[in-house]
Amino acid sequence: MKAALGRLTLWRVLFALIMFGGLCGLYVRGMYGLGGSTNLTDRFPWGLWKGFNVLTGIGLGAGGFTIAATVHIFNLKRYKPILRIALLTAFLGYSLMAVALMIDIGQPQRIWHPIVMWNEHSVLFEVAWCVMLYLTVLSLEFAPAVCERFRWRAVLKFVRMISAPVVIFGVVLSTLHQSSLGTLFLIVPEKLYGLWYTPLLPVLFFVSAVCAGLAMVIFASWQSHNALGKQVPAALLEGVARVLTVMLLFYLAIRFVDLFRRDAERLLVVNRMETWLFGLETALLAVPMLLLLRPRNRANPAALYLCSLMVLFGFVANRLNVSITGLEASQATHYIPRWPEVMITLSLISIGFAVFRMAALHLPLFVETVHAEEPEAELVAV
Amino acid sequence: MGLAILYDSTMCIGCRECEKACAARWKLPYNDKIAAEEQISAHKLTAIQTHGERYSRRLCMHCADPTCASVCPVGAFTKTALGPVVYDQTKCIGCRYCMLACPFQVPTYQWTSRLPIVRKCDMCYERVSHGKPTACAEACPTGATISGDRDQLIQEARRRINEKPGQYYARIYGVEEVGGTSTLFLSAVPFGQLGIPTNLPKTPLPMLTWRVLSRTPDIASIAGVLLGGVYWITHRRELVAAEEGKDKPKGVRK
Ligand code: SF4
Ligand code: SF4
Repeated sequence: MKAALGRLTLWRVLFALIMFGGLCGLYVRGMYGLGGSTNLTDRFPWGLWKGFNVLTGIGLGAGGFTIAATVHIFNLKRYKPILRIALLTAFLGYSLMAVALMIDIGQPQRIWHPIVMWNEHSVLFEVAWCVMLYLTVLSLEFAPAVCERFRWRAVLKFVRMISAPVVIFGVVLSTLHQSSLGTLFLIVPEKLYGLWYTPLLPVLFFVSAVCAGLAMVIFASWQSHNALGKQVPAALLEGVARVLTVMLLFYLAIRFVDLFRRDAERLLVVNRMETWLFGLETALLAVPMLLLLRPRNRANPAALYLCSLMVLFGFVANRLNVSITGLEASQATHYIPRWPEVMITLSLISIGFAVFRMAALHLPLFVETVHAEEPEAELVAV
Repeated sequence: MGLAILYDSTMCIGCRECEKACAARWKLPYNDKIAAEEQISAHKLTAIQTHGERYSRRLCMHCADPTCASVCPVGAFTKTALGPVVYDQTKCIGCRYCMLACPFQVPTYQWTSRLPIVRKCDMCYERVSHGKPTACAEACPTGATISGDRDQLIQEARRRINEKPGQYYARIYGVEEVGGTSTLFLSAVPFGQLGIPTNLPKTPLPMLTWRVLSRTPDIASIAGVLLGGVYWITHRRELVAAEEGKDKPKGVRK
């Protein structure tokens, strides 16, 4: 008990420190602009805030649409207990991404411009719209948890009534923008290193986002279990892990077939930074896949947690490689984020953890929802 | 395809009059220190570079199918019928995708400003739309930079190459690169030696993303219909089961 308290305090101190650092970073960003707060240059205009906060934030939220589709569209009701965790991680991922974007762009007060100023030739325009719409969808999907908590019956009934089309819309939007994040980089064929540039980027981004989303669900379930003692049935996580294994296998298969088809495998024997980073990224996805192939590991919570963590890191490594390190050689620059970039990023991650904890404590996220929502099936089915 | 600029490196003496005129036209400061900078930036929209004893010039290429115009989420860039690619700073949200995407690294950012905008050469849109030459072309004492009708400039470039084949590398940069550009280069040596990108495809880069992006409506509708179908199937079973109640299902379900 005391140990737990001590850990908690330590965590709080750390949290406070990170938040303080983040605030300082924010101040520098506000006062001295992007030049004073980042190491970005004309040759290297996208850094950690884009590569990590935006690309990864959206990717990690992919668990939301995956589980929503599983439960509501494929009607696999047994996964319902983890649906809200998945939606919550998605909601947090996307909201924090939006905050990060506001900090990153040069004219944040114009963030609404894409709503009225259209350029349908722009991938970023499509992403902006999909993300905006999907945030709305996520709020609607997550609304039942909030409504139940505050007993807003009428709202609850309405939200449930429209849930089927909303979920379908959400899955379509997610498919589009998760893959479009990869399409973003199709425009730089001569800048992105050969191990990452492929016409299949959209497909790879989509499949790896699904992997990351699933890993995030496992990670978040474990977190909430660990911190709050709320148990997610092991059988469910085992099921998620099984899907995750298949998706990882699928992803790695496309990745390597593509490398060989483009004759890019010759780059694998070149001794340079990119090769090692590619190796790291691939290992972080391949090792958990191999581990999870064994049923014994899937049933073991600790192993499962470790594997999900590896997948998450592998995913982050991949996104950073595509958006940062893979571009360095052609730009003849070496980008290392400046401290405000790092501190603001860390703060956003910490806020994510804190809000998740709070929501897990105060909102009906867990198993009890199974019974409470029985009537929903009928309502929607009619 | 409208107007263009032709820069002939073999005629350039490195006097930087073009830089000076450009700075004046944009009301930007210009002094020895800035003159020594060989990269374009938000305060220097064209730059003369020295490569050994040769000179090279950086400025917006005014692509026929500009990458910047295609990637900008708010459509801040426009390829005008006149030729110049212009930028509307009131639209820009500062995402900097244009900077990442431009194959010539042309758009630059006001990094130290609190509400920065992108800067790039606009081929003196104001001036050329009134029939005047660009500020750089007007200032150039040797005729290394001239502006005018693109087709005529290409002819002129061909004439120079044909007249003095020994003096020129026999290609005009910008005729085909990324689908053609409205800034054209001539040089005595292969363009790579002047720091000009030579690894660019002949097709416009926006094709690469448009090929995928144009499928969006298809993907969306197919996915929507498929998911709707799956939803209907998975939930119909439920419905049938509920309606038939205790009656034995008629073998529809397995
Ligand atoms: S050179 Fe770059 S900035 Fe200029 S028109 Fe082409 S893509 Fe746009
Ligand atoms: S930085 Fe401005 S001009 Fe460039 S793509 Fe973004 S919104 Fe468009």
